Amino acid sequence: MSAISVNGRTYEINAAPDTPLLWVLRDELGLTGTKFGCGVAQCGVCTVHVDGIAVRSCQIPVGTVGQRVITTIEGIGETSAGARIQKAWLDLEVVQCGYCQPGQIMSAAALLTANPDPDDGAIDAAMSGNLCRCGTYVRIRQGIKHAARS
Amino acid sequence: MPRDPEVLEPGTLSRRAVLRGGAAVLGGLFIGIELPAGRARADELQAAGAALNAFVHIPVQGRVSLIMPAVEMGQGVYTSQAMCMAEELDVGLDQIEAIHAPADREHYGHPIFYVQATGGSTTTMAWTEPLRKAGATARAMLVAAAAAEWNVPASDLVTTRGVITHPGSGRSLRYGDVTDRAAQMVPPADVPLKSPEQFQLIGTRARRIDTPDKVVGKTVYGIDVRLPGMKFAALTASPVLGGKVSHVDEAPALAMPGVRQVVVLEDIVAVVADNTWIAEQGLRALDITWSPGANATLDQAQLWADTEKASTGPGVTVRKEGDATGKFTAGTPIEATYELPFLAHTSLETQNCTVHVHDGVCEIWVGTQVPGYAQAGAAQVLGLPPEKVTVHNHLIGGGFGGRLEAAPIVTATRIAQKVAGPVKVIWSREQDIRQDMFRPLYHNRLKARVENGRVTAWHHRVTGPSILARWLPPAFKDGIDSDAIDGAAEPPYALGDMLVEYVRHENGVPFSFWRGVGPNSTVFSVESFLDLIAHRTAADPVALRRVLLGKNPRARAVLDAAAAKAGWGTPLAASPFGARRGRGVALMHAFGSLLACVAEVAVTDGGDVRVNRVVVATDVGRVINPDTVVAQVQGGVVFGIATVLHNRITFAGGRVEQTNFNDYRLLRINEMPTIEVELLASTEKSGGIGEPGTVVVQPAVANAVFAATGVQLTRMPLDASLIARSV
Repeated sequence: MSAISVNGRTYEINAAPDTPLLWVLRDELGLTGTKFGCGVAQCGVCTVHVDGIAVRSCQIPVGTVGQRVITTIEGIGETSAGARIQKAWLDLEVVQCGYCQPGQIMSAAALLTANPDPDDGAIDAAMSGNLCRCGTYVRIRQGIKHAARS
Repeated sequence: MPRDPEVLEPGTLSRRAVLRGGAAVLGGLFIGIELPAGRARADELQAAGAALNAFVHIPVQGRVSLIMPAVEMGQGVYTSQAMCMAEELDVGLDQIEAIHAPADREHYGHPIFYVQATGGSTTTMAWTEPLRKAGATARAMLVAAAAAEWNVPASDLVTTRGVITHPGSGRSLRYGDVTDRAAQMVPPADVPLKSPEQFQLIGTRARRIDTPDKVVGKTVYGIDVRLPGMKFAALTASPVLGGKVSHVDEAPALAMPGVRQVVVLEDIVAVVADNTWIAEQGLRALDITWSPGANATLDQAQLWADTEKASTGPGVTVRKEGDATGKFTAGTPIEATYELPFLAHTSLETQNCTVHVHDGVCEIWVGTQVPGYAQAGAAQVLGLPPEKVTVHNHLIGGGFGGRLEAAPIVTATRIAQKVAGPVKVIWSREQDIRQDMFRPLYHNRLKARVENGRVTAWHHRVTGPSILARWLPPAFKDGIDSDAIDGAAEPPYALGDMLVEYVRHENGVPFSFWRGVGPNSTVFSVESFLDLIAHRTAADPVALRRVLLGKNPRARAVLDAAAAKAGWGTPLAASPFGARRGRGVALMHAFGSLLACVAEVAVTDGGDVRVNRVVVATDVGRVINPDTVVAQVQGGVVFGIATVLHNRITFAGGRVEQTNFNDYRLLRINEMPTIEVELLASTEKSGGIGEPGTVVVQPAVANAVFAATGVQLTRMPLDASLIARSV
């Protein structure tokens, strides 16, 4: 039994230490906003923040998290960058099927926190690890710029 | 593929109003249905109140429930269907709740396919009128009930945002106040619909109703379902297509903490555990011996060669006008073949299905485009009557045709049958690709005679399997798969004497629908071939198409709009991505819509292609939600660029060679072109928009590469080695 901090709340967990954070969030804690897409850090739909840094939760053994602060799509709206990204996503109707969007929003929120006015190159660098099969990239780019101005 | 037990046999179709769809609707059939007027059978209607028909439920208190016959998988139809109903019902989109229709073909069967399905870009074409009628009928019943209550003529009453007002007396009431009375009335027939000038919602950029939950992680997709006592299963099929389990030692998995059970089926091994990760680890611990079977020698080169050979064999005539064959003998025709590979769907939500078999019933939680086939498939596995199987449908994390089959649901049910309690079966990405039913391998053989800048004879021979023969048998008529030849049979151009043929060729690889369906192969081939003709006759590709569109002003307007917006004929800007640059054009008329596309590419010395800019002009007829049309074109273009640049599924030794996104590449944001979309105003009948962007961009990109390099590639995807400088 160990504990992790997610979205400001402490959870006791039973999972073995080598269990990827993704499956602890989804299967044990019921925080299903974080998605599974590839299992090998190729698609980014499992992106969460660990101490504010965007990481692929399918690659983070839960035993390595320790006291660090985890934020997921369910909690990112409590941050300024997260709230602005979510609003921009609605204002510009970025979303189609929506399955990749929790990961997109987590990557975009981390970008906006680190870089309040990202240009196209910065957006490419921060977002190219997040796949979208519906092809919403035009609006993701617009959405980040829109959020930066808000 | 399990058959819907109630699916109509071919002979019974004729008793219905079967019309030949001129605009190449998938399946080419239009079957009229009566608007269901019975009480709603939709699940989850908790509130007290009345169902005024199968689509509209008015509670005494609270939000109006609208039941969605077509499923939402990102294409925006929950919003557009709600707009159609809300428009006529006179309620706001903020006042409604969208409910998934249950498996129930009688009430929610597709007006074109008859089976319950969402696909082929048909939702707007098929459902706009029935849903408007459902909204208008419900409104008329509510107004009649209010009129009876107040003893005034119904024609004196006005409705807005769910409130009925009698201006003469100033009285008003809410729909919920009269819903029980209205439900006792006989639904009126032929309620008039609003004229377009009266629309308040249709045609506006209404906000999507599904997105607020999606941006905060609240949406529950099938993969997110959680049930008390639920276990998690990982599964594998044979690496060789169609192989069977020969031997498996269950002990290594069962020794792992958290592993509960190993399920061994004829063709599948699954591990059931306390979470998905443990299930996956348990599966990896197993040493499974497979019996590969007949496909052990299946090889990609042989698959291409077999299809090529079939393309010269016997076929059936789809269309014959004049004597194309005779005209070819009299002159020197231009000839080419175009080959399209197997493709995987790779929705980001992998295949998954949660099943609970208990007490003589079966419950299924899944996101599916075919709830009826899902129900029938599970019922067949379990030997239960279909009504004992409940399908709880969900929003879908990407469809693209990959959820038009019951196969994954059947597999999950076969596993769940052996498990006590509910079990969520999740396909890993590798298994999602390996077990996919692929976009078929297609071969297109084209021949044309050109005289004085005009095409005077045209022969198009499409070779590929028939999806419809299995999926919708009544639509497979006279040996013709109307999907496979869609886009070939009725191209928008005047092409002289016409001969169009279809060769049904199947090769043992599972196949199904894929975004863009038949026109992905036919339109790619026609548009590529037109550029070859332009090249051989020293004509400009746009000018040639304009000549051939002389009798088709609607198509010509779309082509002209795209060409003008793209600056066709003007010099291309330098590109940092490559010195060789080119512009390509393509036109598509399918799914009831017309799209033209101009793509600009740069090609590196090594043969890598970068798409820099894409311009699309559309005439999709009357538009429900213009922003959704733009979004679908943008997304379809991205989907199509990945297809033409990167995507193929290949076989070696009977094994699918691709495993995950490292070798089945999707487009990433850093590879994006700018995309400009122009919607031409149109009062024509509404067409579909889910597929067309994907279809039209692929030949536009290929033609741009042809323009940039002087080499026309004819087997997709584009092969860098064939357009590298050294070649």
